Amino acid sequence: MAVLPPAARVRPRKPLLTPARLGIYAFLLTAALFFLVPLYVMLVTSVKPMAEIRLGNIFALPLAPTFEPWRNAWQAACTGLECEGIRGGFWNSVKITVPSVLLSIAIGAVNGYALSFWRPRGANALFAVLMIGAFVPGQVLLYPLVRALAAAGLYSSLPGIVLVHLVFGMPMMTLLFRNYYAALPQELFMAARIDGGGFWRIFYSLMLPMSAPVMAVAAIMQVTNIWNDFLLGLVFAGSDNLPMTVQLNNIINTTTGERLYNVNMAATLLTSLVPLALYFFSGRWFVRGIASGAVKG
Amino acid sequence: MALTALGAYVLTFLWTARVSLSSARIFPTGDFVGLGQYERLFRNARWLLSLQNLAVYALLFIAACLVLGFLLAVFIDQQVAGEGALRTVFLYPYAMSFVATGLVWQWILNPELGIQGVARRLGFGGFTFDWIVRQETVLYTVVIATVWQASGLVMALLLSGLRGIDAELWKAARIDGIPKWRVYLSIVLPMLWPSLSTAFILLFVMVVKLFDAVVAMTQGGPGTASEVPAKFIMDYLFGRANVGLASAASIVLLLTVLAIVAPFCYARSRALQRSGG
Repeated sequence: MAVLPPAARVRPRKPLLTPARLGIYAFLLTAALFFLVPLYVMLVTSVKPMAEIRLGNIFALPLAPTFEPWRNAWQAACTGLECEGIRGGFWNSVKITVPSVLLSIAIGAVNGYALSFWRPRGANALFAVLMIGAFVPGQVLLYPLVRALAAAGLYSSLPGIVLVHLVFGMPMMTLLFRNYYAALPQELFMAARIDGGGFWRIFYSLMLPMSAPVMAVAAIMQVTNIWNDFLLGLVFAGSDNLPMTVQLNNIINTTTGERLYNVNMAATLLTSLVPLALYFFSGRWFVRGIASGAVKG
Repeated sequence: MALTALGAYVLTFLWTARVSLSSARIFPTGDFVGLGQYERLFRNARWLLSLQNLAVYALLFIAACLVLGFLLAVFIDQQVAGEGALRTVFLYPYAMSFVATGLVWQWILNPELGIQGVARRLGFGGFTFDWIVRQETVLYTVVIATVWQASGLVMALLLSGLRGIDAELWKAARIDGIPKWRVYLSIVLPMLWPSLSTAFILLFVMVVKLFDAVVAMTQGGPGTASEVPAKFIMDYLFGRANVGLASAASIVLLLTVLAIVAPFCYARSRALQRSGG
C-alpha cells in the first residue's frame, strides 16, 4: 500500500471521541459490513447441511457445521455432464495460468525493452496500436482468433488458450515494461552500448537484474487476470481444459435437481482461493499492480 | 516479435471489419454487402436495449465507484484505528473473479432465500427487495454487485493520491480556518486528478468488458432486461451463428470505446507532459 510520507506521520492525533470521529467510524464500519457480507454468506453457507439452508436464513450461523460440501465441491459436484468436482478445473487453471503468466511477462519485458531503448522504426505506431489494444473489447478479436487457431490446429487445446492469453495480455505487459524501462537513466544503456553489449546481452546482464519490482507487479496482474478469466477459457480452452471459473459457472447453473447452495458456495470459495491468497500475501504489491494496470503517459 | 504479435492485432481487427461488411452466418463468406449488417444491427431491438443498458450501467457504476471510493479513501485517511484491516476488507473483492462474486450476489438478492426472505421471516411481511427478478430493476443489481467489487480499487488509488499531498497544505488550511470538508472538495479533489483519471480509465474498461457478472448473476434476464453488448456479441457469434452481425456489433463497440477513451487519454498525456510527469 502507499508509503506514508514522513510529514503525514507527525500530523497530531485528534481527541478520540468527538461526534465527528463517531461519524467516521460509523461510516467505515457500515461500509466494512457491506463489503464483508458476501464473504460471510459464502463461508457460513459452505459449511451448512442442505436441511439447514432450506429452513434457515442465509445470514444465520451454522448449527451443525460440516465440511461435506467442500469435499463435494472438490471431487463430486457435476460440472456439466461429468461429476468429478472442481478439482479438474483447478489443475486446468494451473496449467493455463503458469505458462501464460511466464511467457507473457517474458514477451512484455523484451517488447518494453526494445520499445524504450532501441526505438525501432515505427515504434510510435506500434505504441499507438498497443494503447488501443489495451482498450479493445475482447469480442473484436474473438472470432478471427477462433478461425486462426482452428486453421493452425490449436483451437480447444492447451497451447491454444495459452496463446490467446499471450495475445490479450501483451498490450498491458508491454506498456508496463516500457514505462518502467523508460524511467531508467538512458546513460546506463549508452554505457553498455559503448562497452560493446548487443541487444540480448544488454537485456540479460543489465535490464533483467533491474526488473525485479516490475516483474512482481506484472506477475500479480497476470495471475489474477488469467486465473479469473472466464470469457477466453469458455471460448478457447476446449472441454478438456476448462478453467475453474467456467466449471464453477457450470456447477451453479446446472438446472437439474435441487440447487446445492452449500456445494456452490464451497466451489466459489475454492475458485477464489488462489487470487485471494495472492492478495493477502502480496499486500502493497497487489495495489501497485492494479495501479499500473492503468495506461500511463 | 513485437511486430508479428501486433500484426496479429491489426490483422484480426481488419478481418473483423471485413466480415462485418459481408453476409456471413456460420462461416465467413467473401461477398460484400456494404453496411447491410450495420443497418440490421440498429434495427435489432435487443442490440439497442443492450446499448441503452450499457449507457445506464456505465453512468451508475462509474459514478458510484468514484463517490464511494473517494469517501472511503477520505475517511480512512483520518488516522482511524485498524486502517490496514479496513483497507484489506474494502479491496479483497477486487481480487476475486466476477463469476464467483456474481454467483454470491445472485443468491443474496434472490427474493425467496436472500435479503427479502430473511427480512420477511423476521416479521417484516411487507418487505420487498426483489430487484433481481424484475425487468425494470435488474440492471441495478448488477451495479450493486460490481460496485461492491470495484470500489475498493478506487479507494486504493485515491488513498495513495491523498498520501502524496503535502502536509503543509493541511497546516495552511487549518491556520486559515477553512473547514476540512471544504478543503477536500475545493483543493484536494482537483489535486487528485491523476489518480481519478487512472481510476476512471480502469472502470471504463471494466464497463465495456462487462460480461462475466451478467452471465453469473442474471444470464441477461429476466427476458433480455439485463442484456449488454459483450453478451449480445457472444450470443450471435456462438449461439446464433450470425458472424456478420456480431462482427458489426463488435466494430460499433470498439469505435464507441475509442471515441470516448482517445480524447481522454490525449488530454491526460498532454497534462502529464505539461506537469513534467
